[in-house]
Amino acid sequence: MEILSNLAMGFSIAATPYTLLLAVIGCFVGTIIGALPGLGPANGVALLIPISFSMGLDAIPALVLLTSVYYGAMYGGRISSILLNIPGDEPAMMTTLDGYPMAKQGKAGEALVVSGVASFVGAFIATIGLMVFAPYLARVAFKFGPAEYFALYLLAFCTLGGIGSNNQAKAAMAAAIGLGIAMIGLDKTTGMPRFTFGELHLQDGVDFLVAIVGLFAVAEVFFFIETHGKNSAIGVKLGKILVPWRMLKQTTGAMLRGTGIGFVAGVLPGAGASLGSFLAYTAEKSAARDKSQFGKGDPRGVAAPEAGNNAAAGGALVPMLTLGVPGSGTTAVLLALLLTLNITPGPLLFTERPEVVWSLIAALLIANIVLLLMNVPMVKVFVHILSVPAWVLLPGVTMVAFVGIYSLTGSSFDMLMMVGFGVLGYIMRKLEIPTVPVILGILLGNAMEDNLRRAMVLSDGDWTFLFSSPIATGLWIAAVLGFVAPVFLRRFLKKPPMPETEPKVGD
Amino acid sequence: MKNWTRAAVAAILTSIAVPAAAEECIAPANPGGGWDFTCRQIGRIMTDLGVASGLVQVTNLAGAGGGVAYSQVVNERNDDPDVFIAASSATTTRLAQNAFGGATADQVRWVGTIGGDPGVIVVAADSEFETLPDLIEAIKADPSSVAFAGGSAVGGFDHLKVLMTLDKAGFTDIRKVKYIGVDGGADAITQTVGGFAQAMTGDLSEITGFIKSGDVRPIAVLSEERVEGFEDVPTAKEQGIDIVAMNWRGIYVPKGISDEDYQKWVDALKQVGESEEWQKVMTENGLAPYSIYGDEFETFVADNIAQTQKISKDIGLLQ
Repeated sequence: MEILSNLAMGFSIAATPYTLLLAVIGCFVGTIIGALPGLGPANGVALLIPISFSMGLDAIPALVLLTSVYYGAMYGGRISSILLNIPGDEPAMMTTLDGYPMAKQGKAGEALVVSGVASFVGAFIATIGLMVFAPYLARVAFKFGPAEYFALYLLAFCTLGGIGSNNQAKAAMAAAIGLGIAMIGLDKTTGMPRFTFGELHLQDGVDFLVAIVGLFAVAEVFFFIETHGKNSAIGVKLGKILVPWRMLKQTTGAMLRGTGIGFVAGVLPGAGASLGSFLAYTAEKSAARDKSQFGKGDPRGVAAPEAGNNAAAGGALVPMLTLGVPGSGTTAVLLALLLTLNITPGPLLFTERPEVVWSLIAALLIANIVLLLMNVPMVKVFVHILSVPAWVLLPGVTMVAFVGIYSLTGSSFDMLMMVGFGVLGYIMRKLEIPTVPVILGILLGNAMEDNLRRAMVLSDGDWTFLFSSPIATGLWIAAVLGFVAPVFLRRFLKKPPMPETEPKVGD
Repeated sequence: MKNWTRAAVAAILTSIAVPAAAEECIAPANPGGGWDFTCRQIGRIMTDLGVASGLVQVTNLAGAGGGVAYSQVVNERNDDPDVFIAASSATTTRLAQNAFGGATADQVRWVGTIGGDPGVIVVAADSEFETLPDLIEAIKADPSSVAFAGGSAVGGFDHLKVLMTLDKAGFTDIRKVKYIGVDGGADAITQTVGGFAQAMTGDLSEITGFIKSGDVRPIAVLSEERVEGFEDVPTAKEQGIDIVAMNWRGIYVPKGISDEDYQKWVDALKQVGESEEWQKVMTENGLAPYSIYGDEFETFVADNIAQTQKISKDIGLLQ
């Protein structure tokens, strides 16, 4: 009951008309930022920090505003994934796989509603999880050392086959390209730069946002120019939006499973929202009895990753608040905000500054309800932004892509690199190679390598260290099963042979 | 409806623009890090004291651990008298290791430092090590028995703290010292509390929460004297190891400005460093007094770099 009284205190601080107004503004702005390709939650929050200071906001209103933007961006990312086949931010990448095919079949409205509700379920349950379990969950992070993290990333790679639905070899090749790109930059274990050719801008490695915007948004623009818009993603029409109750009922299980997986991935500081949505998708696909529709517009393929990435966003606040360890780029920015407000996250935050923690939680719950209202009945408002005529939208997407990337580092080098990725994305699309595994390679490859190398330093090069704890062993078994099981199951179930011309991702 | 939403987008995009100001501080990292903090606090106090003509604009120019900002200042803004750049031990460490694409420390003018974050060595609460000499003896007996975790990459300042301490303690085989670099001090703490590493080095301000909560036990602080608020933590010097490792917070300016302009910055920084506001900022953020200005600071930077280069050569990071 202590939780309820604390929560009541949180609401009494956070639920004033002024902060509610800020929450509505934050949610709206956040959703737009999330929907625009290239501007992800991390940029959104980073851009708004100076604004919140110049508005002279106190700690709690500032937190309400920025967490609303954070959650809003997590919701908004799906809109352009579904309608444009361009993920608005990196965790929304998995939503393109089934969301866009649904839109192509004229079910864009259904996809938006299902994903909106899934986002709500994921974020709401995760916020409650944060509220109830945060002090205990903080301890989970202590159980994860280099060996455990390595096994976790390995599990992700072993289930990679789940996304390249038509050609496993092409998916593997794409992942290898991603892993190769991940090698660029300063090697943390020796302090030596690799593949930088003396270029300072490459020392930090390739930012995956640059890769995402290039591979998806810029490549889409090239494709549009080539086909004169005939076969392009841009310009999907959206009919009347009705609530597809049957579809929601059908996807309830997917949402709840996605939430569970996403939350766990979020709580682990080294994992984050992208891994959460990825694992939620592949788990849902492997758990489904009838997999034939995945990648072609299965609503479960929209519900699971959206629930997963929003739950991970809530979960990522656990290590940020209780340990001061940010689990993602956005929580790193939020951490910075707290520090500038003289609030030091760490093991003592819950006891020393309960008013901050509980009003933050109250703010998250408020933001979620506002976002559900905005993203289901009012989703058309945001869709209008994206469904303007192609001659407006296309230059707009290009401009936002460039501005977004420039705002990351303030250097033109990244913009050139983004164009390079655009060319790569265009070529890959022509060769029918999926681009999602490239991003996963970049995103997970670095962390996987770092953890392997750390494990080897700690154990003096003893490989058995990688299996030395029950958690690590369990993850290894799951990884091996995830890799091998589909091969055998396919034989047992006598699945019909793959059709020769299966539509590729994003077609 | 369409116009309304488009207006909203336009409003967001325009609100990003910041009004121009005379003085500018470049933070060579994204918002939120130590350099960003230095810029924002020094800038704010300069405005409050009337040292700056108006608001000090903060520009974040991230990349290559400060290298992108450094090369831009050297190559493009060499005679701009209105810009100053946040710096810390990380800046000089990377300069010493030639990590800024061939740039050297004498291509800019070092103004001074007005505070420092004392280095600290901590162990898990249930660790067998009670004092710094305990830990060092264990390493001398078997270097592979102790792994350090730190918030910087190999060769970074957190790693150097370990190596310099062991160097001073007479342990010369420093290539055998185990160190894993993770993302930031808090992450290094979780590895230590989890028992994956036996000790952790970092900056005191990063980990005050963990010390107060009792998750970790500090065994030495690497400052000249005990730090206010942490009076029960002994310095390394008291324990017989003559090492001071402060992550200083300071600024540099372009090389090409006049001596008067340089002196103007030194005076301005001194005023900030001696202000009550800065003292307050330091206590709130776990910084200790550590001020060196002008020519003295130029010498300090040169010595610092020479020392880092020696250790970097010993561990094979530098040829």
